[in-house]
Amino acid sequence: MSRLLRNLYMGVIAVILIAPLVVIAGISLNATKFLSFPPKGYSLRWYVEIFADSGWFGALQNSLIVATGSAALAVSIALPIAYCLWRYRIFYARVLFSLGVTPFVLPPVIMALAFLLFFTTVEVHGKMINVVLAHGIFLTALPLITVSLGLESVQREMIEAGQTLGADDVTVFRTVTLPIVRPYMISGFAFAFVLSLNEYIIAFMTVGFTVETLPIKIFNALRYGYTPVMASVAVVFILVNVLIFGLIARFGDLPKLLGAWSARDE
Amino acid sequence: MASVAASEVSSRPGGERGRWVLPIFPTVMIGIFFVVPFALIVAVSVAHQNPAGYYEPAFELTHFRRFLSSIFINTALFSVGVSALVACICLVLGFPFTYFITRLARRHQVFWLVYILAQLSLSEVLIAFAWQVLLSKTAGVANILVWLGLLERSVSFYPSFGAVLLALTYLVLPFSVLILYPALSRLEPDVTEAARTLGASPLRTFFTVVVPILRPAIVATGITMFVFTLGAVLVPQVLGRPSHWTLSVLITDQAIFQSNMPFAAALAIFLLTLSMALVGVTMWINKRAEIKT
Amino acid sequence: MLDLALIDITKQFGHVTAVADVDLQLDGGNMVSFLGPSGCGKTTLLRMIAGLDLPTQGQVRLGERDITHTPAHQRNMGMVFQSLALFPHLSVGDNITYGLKIRGMSRNERRAKAEQLLELVRLPGVADRHISQLSGGQRQRVAIARALALEPDVFLLDEPLSALDANLREEMQIELRQLQQRLGITTIVVTHDQGEAMTMSDLVVVMSNAQVQQVGPPLEIYRQPANKFVADFIGTSNLLAARMEESGRATVAGHSFAIARGGDGLAAGSEVVVLARPEDVHVLPGHQDGPNRLPGTVDFIRDIGATVEIIADCGGEKVISMMTPKDRPAVDVGTEVTVEFPAAACKVLRD
Repeated sequence: MSRLLRNLYMGVIAVILIAPLVVIAGISLNATKFLSFPPKGYSLRWYVEIFADSGWFGALQNSLIVATGSAALAVSIALPIAYCLWRYRIFYARVLFSLGVTPFVLPPVIMALAFLLFFTTVEVHGKMINVVLAHGIFLTALPLITVSLGLESVQREMIEAGQTLGADDVTVFRTVTLPIVRPYMISGFAFAFVLSLNEYIIAFMTVGFTVETLPIKIFNALRYGYTPVMASVAVVFILVNVLIFGLIARFGDLPKLLGAWSARDE
Repeated sequence: MASVAASEVSSRPGGERGRWVLPIFPTVMIGIFFVVPFALIVAVSVAHQNPAGYYEPAFELTHFRRFLSSIFINTALFSVGVSALVACICLVLGFPFTYFITRLARRHQVFWLVYILAQLSLSEVLIAFAWQVLLSKTAGVANILVWLGLLERSVSFYPSFGAVLLALTYLVLPFSVLILYPALSRLEPDVTEAARTLGASPLRTFFTVVVPILRPAIVATGITMFVFTLGAVLVPQVLGRPSHWTLSVLITDQAIFQSNMPFAAALAIFLLTLSMALVGVTMWINKRAEIKT
Repeated sequence: MLDLALIDITKQFGHVTAVADVDLQLDGGNMVSFLGPSGCGKTTLLRMIAGLDLPTQGQVRLGERDITHTPAHQRNMGMVFQSLALFPHLSVGDNITYGLKIRGMSRNERRAKAEQLLELVRLPGVADRHISQLSGGQRQRVAIARALALEPDVFLLDEPLSALDANLREEMQIELRQLQQRLGITTIVVTHDQGEAMTMSDLVVVMSNAQVQQVGPPLEIYRQPANKFVADFIGTSNLLAARMEESGRATVAGHSFAIARGGDGLAAGSEVVVLARPEDVHVLPGHQDGPNRLPGTVDFIRDIGATVEIIADCGGEKVISMMTPKDRPAVDVGTEVTVEFPAAACKVLRD
């Protein structure tokens, strides 16, 4: 009886979670510009538009460049902090950790305003580098948390074992720590990448009128010129997402990456 | 057992040069691109706003006073209220949901996790868009209700408070699952099994064993959801009337469209203080939970 | 094989002294145990030999060289950690040849070496398996093989058998000892199990409270414990409170006892402890007067098949007597008995 209730409960939530996706998919496949219910006719033209229309394709390119750059930056900031904290346990590393996580836990509009003020003050604004920097700092929290989680699973004694076997600090890092932590670095990068692709307000406030990312273009379209290409973009986003996380799940241990203790390693 | 007390790191032969070199890059980046911008907000919030649309360095508290006047304080109260409501709903819905996921076999867990993670691909703008359609007159849920005979005519369910609430909950729910997941999956089954052998039904076990043990995680998640909801800036605009605007929307409006940076900064300070206080409470709770275990 | 010398070693962590003024000369080729309760400093001492911790004071010498400040990765010592610390991302073979790869050995040579080492630890053919596929005992052997791969000058083991169950542990103790003798490698084992130390070592270093209490071959430590701690820690002991009368005599529970060993140089009247091992103590039924005897009542009889232990209450002091079944007297719980402590078996201990 309770089994049935449980499945029912999860099923309902699953349906609600997927409802908007279904809607969007419906719009993206709609033959005409305006969605009606029930839909009339199907077509893939809106998917073609993403690449055919220079506005949308340009926005896609911008988003991808920004996402890649900022995710890489986030990981490069997070890794030394996490490693320092785990290996040397100095208080300053803890400070850096807190500072690194803070931008992400605050309402993004605050960081957006802060970046806007900063970039206008130094008079370098509206350029792609601005939003890459802003996102990079904003998203540092994600690889910071995933890499810290990964380092937890490296026993200190493994490092010492490596040393007694003749490896100096750099070699130990390269041959012991890094291979174990690499999946967590990748998942941190993936999270940051996805969130950067989706991020609106920081991108808008720092470069909104000069560099159009996909979320900015979508919102503009929502307000000022509706087009179903928004929906097809959304579907592509979702598919890419599922692909990335599906790959991580396939090759890695997803529950462990998200914080569960696997029964494999006690 | 070879154990070094956590607070004391003994040196070893060969030294540890890494600990001085490694923090340099992060320090520089965070210092320049986080600390400085932050300081700027504080500085600008007390600057003087020239009516022509730019600000000059000064020290005045006009903006804070203006904030405390009725219109703007109402927005603040609304923000706090709706965020609290969303946080509660997320906990009520998300906690059992996550709990069930963690009790499943590993393969099924992975399925649900990917399912939830896929929701992350829906940014706020897409969620606003999707719910706008779902709640619209021509293509929305209303049409299904008409078809089922529950409604006479199709209506638009937005702009309305309900629409904003619904979309905000939808926006934030996946995060609650992801945050609760580590804590819930680390809960040993022995504890619940012990309760069951002592005669408690699954429901009773849930409320008298699982929930109390995980109270710190629940509270922390609730607070995090609160802060996340405070950050929503598009959903209130798309699905609500100006009376449903949150502080975040107001800040954006003041900064970009009213060109009043100092006022926007003052509002941001308030939002910041509120958020940081809550984050601080969360960390305090976690610390206390750590000490207890 | 090189000799290992620890000269005046002290280690402090903040206000806590983990190791104090340790001086040891360990001859090459021997198997040495660092024995003591947890927290006594034995593991810290081992780590300083390995180069994982720096002594606050003192020197570590290997042969002619002062290696105190040499980093761990340059010391050529193989170490087996308590948690084994096997690399989860590498196969068994790659774990074992990790150090060899760093030294630049080719892949083929490494494969051969891995097989060779696995044969040595009696675990052939598992080179391509994953660590998680092995049992506890098997992983133990892999850890040993890995440590020996580089043919180290010193072989260090930190509580290597504590995670194994009792049967396997005893088997491994013997195997480790045989392995060490075969290779002739200087070996140091940290353990809290005195049975282990006694089985395996040429030399036992007993430690307590950051200091060395006694150094010597196992039987010497057993028969001639230097102080109360050692006597108590090694084997079972009867430790009786006593007061010196003169050299060779002490008052125990109101009776005058002749004591063969250890009473020299102590003033009359000084409070001491008299040690008598259970296997030297005899239980006689009923009241039987004689020198070095105490009256008592049987409290408990522990018959575990190969040996019998009789625990008697002698005027408040608990006394244990151990014998083989054929020597067991006809007594039961509650019987009045006389317990004899032959003078030759008694030793006066300082604290």
